[in-house]
Amino acid sequence: MLITIKLFASLDKYLPDGAVKNQVPMTVEEGVTVLDVIKSLKLPQEHCHLVLIDGVYVAPTERETRIMAEGEALAIWPPVAGG
Amino acid sequence: MSWAKRILRVNLSEGTCQEEPLNMDWANQYLGQRGLATKYLASEIDPKVDPLSPDNKLIIATGPLTGTAASTGGRWSVITKGALTGAIACSNSGGFFGAELKFAGWDMVIFEGKAPNPVYLLIQDDVAKLVDASDYWGRTVWETEKGLKAEYQDPQMRVASIGQSGENGVKFACVVNDLHRAAGRSGVGTVMGSKNLKAVAVRGTKGVKVDNPEAFLAAAADGKAVLAENAVTGEGLPALGTQVLMNVINETGALPTHNHKDVQFDGASDISGEAMTVPRRSDGKPNLTRNGACFGCTIGCGRISTIDPEHYTVKDREQYQKASGGLEYEAAWALGAATGVSDLDALTFANFICNEQGFDPISFGTTVGAAMELFEMGVLTTKETDGIDLTWGNAEALTTLAELTGRGEGFGAEIGLGSKLLTEKYGHPDLSMSVKGQEFPAYDSRGIQGMGLTYATSNRGACHLRSYTVASEILGIPEKTDPLSSDGKAGLVIAFQDATGAVDSAGICVFTTFAWSMDNIAPQIDAACEGDWTVERLLEVGERIWNLERKFNIDAGFTGKDDTLPKRLLKEAAKTGPAEGKVNELGKMLPEYYSLRGWTDDGVPTNETLDRLVL
Repeated sequence: MLITIKLFASLDKYLPDGAVKNQVPMTVEEGVTVLDVIKSLKLPQEHCHLVLIDGVYVAPTERETRIMAEGEALAIWPPVAGG
Repeated sequence: MSWAKRILRVNLSEGTCQEEPLNMDWANQYLGQRGLATKYLASEIDPKVDPLSPDNKLIIATGPLTGTAASTGGRWSVITKGALTGAIACSNSGGFFGAELKFAGWDMVIFEGKAPNPVYLLIQDDVAKLVDASDYWGRTVWETEKGLKAEYQDPQMRVASIGQSGENGVKFACVVNDLHRAAGRSGVGTVMGSKNLKAVAVRGTKGVKVDNPEAFLAAAADGKAVLAENAVTGEGLPALGTQVLMNVINETGALPTHNHKDVQFDGASDISGEAMTVPRRSDGKPNLTRNGACFGCTIGCGRISTIDPEHYTVKDREQYQKASGGLEYEAAWALGAATGVSDLDALTFANFICNEQGFDPISFGTTVGAAMELFEMGVLTTKETDGIDLTWGNAEALTTLAELTGRGEGFGAEIGLGSKLLTEKYGHPDLSMSVKGQEFPAYDSRGIQGMGLTYATSNRGACHLRSYTVASEILGIPEKTDPLSSDGKAGLVIAFQDATGAVDSAGICVFTTFAWSMDNIAPQIDAACEGDWTVERLLEVGERIWNLERKFNIDAGFTGKDDTLPKRLLKEAAKTGPAEGKVNELGKMLPEYYSLRGWTDDGVPTNETLDRLVL
């Protein structure tokens, strides 16, 4: 199934080839979890601070069990802030 | 120590400058800067005064840590009754001006009256005098600062000035220092202009004494280590600055777009922090040139940028082809998403003009957004706009209006009214995205519930920096809360408001609180200042300041009915994103907030609360 990966700030270097404006479509197996995707992209887990699926926060404790669904967008940031 | 314990009182009507001792009883109750200057202002003016009358006063204030070795210890503020709002105004700036004022040996400068002709204040250590400013009146901030440094042959002189917008009565004019740092909000520059005060130029060589130097240096070093080791202040902010938020807030469906008609912007990625780092075709360089830091800051979140030399805004205009300050997130949002403009160079140019002419990009961009909605409705046409096509997303309209607003010309003069007066003039006051007359910053409160209460109760009108619950609701600092739930947000907002009141009164930057708790701040103040400054005492100071500001506004004529949001945010649900279908639940949060504050059901601090806070 197809999902969208969005990696921002210092995590953009982990984007697979073909990414445009920090995002790229990605084909994944049915049943993959957020943590599976993070591992497959070789993202340093300690830097995956803000994790959103379609804009909704996924807590660290939920990443191992939250299963991705067709068409969802997974967006990840390192620790960031502003004002 | 740490306070200089001296105030400079400048009577502009009489042309006098007099020294007086700092009221240390008040310093012990209000700390400095925002709190202490508000105490002076509230004690010396009638809260009902016309903000632009000579009877209003304007105070430039530092905090006890301003000019010290504390990280970010360069903050200073302008406190007055705001021209944009008619409420208490306190606008906070960084740069180097505040530390220089402290080095000259002054905690604050109180301006009263109105000069018969344009003047500037020159401070060289203990010597202060008013000087004829006729050579500078009518000139920009950039020209004024450059001219004063050249006139005195002193590149280390620090200048805070107004541009043409402040002279011309633009309601949201700033006081700009160090070319691109600004006391930006509420029209404090408009008040300065109404007093015929063009600039304050200061050179100080006396330094700042702290109470316990050994303990202070240890506490300051501990604080710097915390900032360096924290991923946000040590890595995130220096890299992309506040602009990293553009994609974050858009993804979470809380990016106000098209005058808050929408909550997500298709062009967000084009104007984001990430976009600022992408090399362009013309010269192979990115928009972002480097980061920058204010006095004593070990974070360095500032953006220093250049515009594409082939962009229409700067072709044959060399002065705008050089690197300068911005874009920061708030400016990029207001100039961009609020108006639908996704041309990064156009936004950078408009921001340069805001700095050069001294006006607030948040209020400016939001007001242009309101005008664009009136244009879409047919209420405004090219007849009223002098031929400017205010279609959403028109970059040329934005940049043209920036220049016209700065000079107070044409339709720019109407934009200079601010969104409240502009939309009232054209019969649609509901389209002003403001609270107490001040335009919203870059967070839609349908998608971040706590920010609705933050805006509604902010003493200076809509403002994110009075209680930045975005930190908790979106970024998880210090703990993650659900942005779509209003449960518990009254207490969260109060906690942020009180802590921020103390930070804003200390002379340090609120951005330190992404890493520092009050446990990191209190030891630095305690070592620098006489007396015992504990976390508990600082939070009490913050609460006292909040209630003092509230009391000023009530005495000025504001009531609980002003603690509200535009109908759009309370009645029109978000159309997309996680908040789709939601409005802001202010009606649920506000009564709890009043109760927790110790205020009546109408939002008035009870006598018991005032007595407890020694007000």
